[in-house]
Amino acid sequence: MRAPPRPLPSTPPWRDTRVLAVAAQVAVLAVVAVAAWLLVGELLSAMAARGLSFVPGFLDTTAGFEIAETALDYGPTDTYRQALLVGLANTIMVSVVGVALSTILGVLLGIARLSDNWLLSRLTAGYVEIFRNTPLLVQLLVLYFAVFLQLPPVRESLAVGDLAFLNQRGISLPRPLPGLSFGAFAAIVGAASVAAWALWWVARRRKREGRRSPGLRRLALLLLVGAPTVAWISLTEAPIVLELPQLGTFNLRGGMSLSSELAALLVALVLYTSAFIAEIVRGGIQAVPRGQREAALALGLSEGAVLRRVVLPQALRVIVPPLTSQYLNLIKNSSLAIAVGYPDLFNVSTTIANQTGQPVAVIALVMVTYLILSLITAAIMGVVNRRAQLRER
Amino acid sequence: MRRSAALVAITAVLLTAPAAVAQSPTPTPEITPPPAPTGVLAAVQQRGQLICGVNGALPGFSVLDEASGTYTGFDADFCRAIAAAVLGDAAAVEFRPLTAAQRGPALQTGEVDVLIRNTTWTVGRDATWGLFAPTTFYDGQAIMVRSDLGVATVEELAGATICVQSGTTTELNLTDAFRARGLEFTPLVFADIDPTYAAYAEGRCDAVTSDRSQLASRRTTLADPTAHVLLDEVLSKEPLGPVVPLNDDQWFNVVKWVVFSTVEAEEQGITAENVASMVGGENPVTRRLLGDEGDLGQALALSNDWVVNVIGSVGNYGEIYDRNLGPETPFAIERGLNALWTDGGLLYAPPYR
Repeated sequence: MRAPPRPLPSTPPWRDTRVLAVAAQVAVLAVVAVAAWLLVGELLSAMAARGLSFVPGFLDTTAGFEIAETALDYGPTDTYRQALLVGLANTIMVSVVGVALSTILGVLLGIARLSDNWLLSRLTAGYVEIFRNTPLLVQLLVLYFAVFLQLPPVRESLAVGDLAFLNQRGISLPRPLPGLSFGAFAAIVGAASVAAWALWWVARRRKREGRRSPGLRRLALLLLVGAPTVAWISLTEAPIVLELPQLGTFNLRGGMSLSSELAALLVALVLYTSAFIAEIVRGGIQAVPRGQREAALALGLSEGAVLRRVVLPQALRVIVPPLTSQYLNLIKNSSLAIAVGYPDLFNVSTTIANQTGQPVAVIALVMVTYLILSLITAAIMGVVNRRAQLRER
Repeated sequence: MRRSAALVAITAVLLTAPAAVAQSPTPTPEITPPPAPTGVLAAVQQRGQLICGVNGALPGFSVLDEASGTYTGFDADFCRAIAAAVLGDAAAVEFRPLTAAQRGPALQTGEVDVLIRNTTWTVGRDATWGLFAPTTFYDGQAIMVRSDLGVATVEELAGATICVQSGTTTELNLTDAFRARGLEFTPLVFADIDPTYAAYAEGRCDAVTSDRSQLASRRTTLADPTAHVLLDEVLSKEPLGPVVPLNDDQWFNVVKWVVFSTVEAEEQGITAENVASMVGGENPVTRRLLGDEGDLGQALALSNDWVVNVIGSVGNYGEIYDRNLGPETPFAIERGLNALWTDGGLLYAPPYR
């Protein structure tokens, strides 16, 4: 029998890399915690010295001010908390619409920048340079004061009959409201859609097996378009009624309206962010090896198919991470709404901070809210990123 | 021997008496030393400059004058008055333009020593922003509309869009006024004063609301001042005055009495021109006010002749008013409530004694 092996000499803790790693992390954490405690202590003592204090529960007091555009129910007798929620709803709405529109525009511009058409690529390059290199606030103010407010006044609106109005206060369109027979109409449209989808699915299955079925697809389309039309004509009561905008003493009432403030904010955000997204998309497309495009063309694919099926899926790997940053920028830039009077979260919070005399608490609350919005966006884009990455065996 | 002993005893007593008096707590007459400057007053004197928060975009109250390169106006002159009282130099002021939303935190955090920015005195602000010195301008809230709308009362503005600035009492009062009348309106809230009036001038809003003095002042900057009219209705009381940070009684007293001194000077007929000649006069009231008698200036931790410095550099209340808002100016606002109590107004300075 061999002698049992001697135990290896163990490294002393101060040389053991595992111990050092943990100790370093604990030390950094301690430094951060001490710094935070000192800063908070400094804040509290400075506030006490000036006679200021945190008033817990100030969010539950009556707001007393009116908000112009609210997605939720709100009146001056509601609490400050309700006002903040209204602002948050507006911010989320602007962010979602802004992200969607700027992505679409940015992708189109990025592809156009690489076009063989000299005029198109030069124009796109000029657009990108202009909108990337000027401050967003300046663009927003120019759009609002020099473009939207120069439209004709309310009494002289540009009108399409009695339906749509365009003036300096915004666009007013008819609002569709459910009519008396809306239930029946919705049921018919729903059934037709399901049937059309089923037919389309069958046609796709047959195509995979190599059998063509143009008749099925045509039938599906016919169902989708024809059934609602027939239903509309045959139903005695109108399924959808339009609420038209009416000119009151000062403003247009009724209908759906998009105010100039919201329009200016959205347009400015979309134009600005799409310029950055265009460059990101262009970079992503150029990062795909040139051989991919040449091989696809050699196989006889059209230019559009090359882009859609070969180049862009591979470019997405490179595009998605910087795209996340641009989305976060857009969400935070939406706080410029205060410059044009649109009641977003930041605008409402400055009013509240002033009226309650609690600027520190309100600003901290707003910062945490934007942080949560950003983290949610980053998490969603993280999922998208994982799907776009190379799957290796 | 006895005589020399008595002589020695008397000499000893005489020599030791001062020492005895100095060591024993004999009751001397009460002489309280003048209070030393503390807090904001000490900081201002040490810095050699007063930091004054102003509007900066309100002609007549505080606006940057291109000709002189400095801020002029009613509020700016009161900043200079405080600087003259504390530092002896009316020009030792650093003006900080602040928006309506910035002014509260700027004062709370000590970024400005005093806030003279057409700020309305309310109980909420008294408790949270700072202490309000006596009102320098009694004002009220009004609404400005274009004359061609043919609107004369608030009721006719039902359903209108009204421009207003964020973080002001006007925003709340407007909501209250329309709620009380059961009418609807759409507010358009801006953070800065310039976009508010720009949007109104472009026609985005049907009306704009603020203090009557501010509306009159900004109307002069519009393209055609005669095309705009101020409705007669007064929506609320707006007493405007200087504000100082909380928890500093000495500084509060200084600012308070600077304001009162200008009012008292007007009541006594002291002007910038005749103040030098009135020093050393016979009237006991003016003698006390100008520091010829008593140590009232030192009780405030200022020099005794601080009122002479104030009146000599900016004049009395009437002169400040006439120079900035009087009949010779484009605003020509009547004194109204801002006259002395002897003329039927509300300006009343407590006795300086």
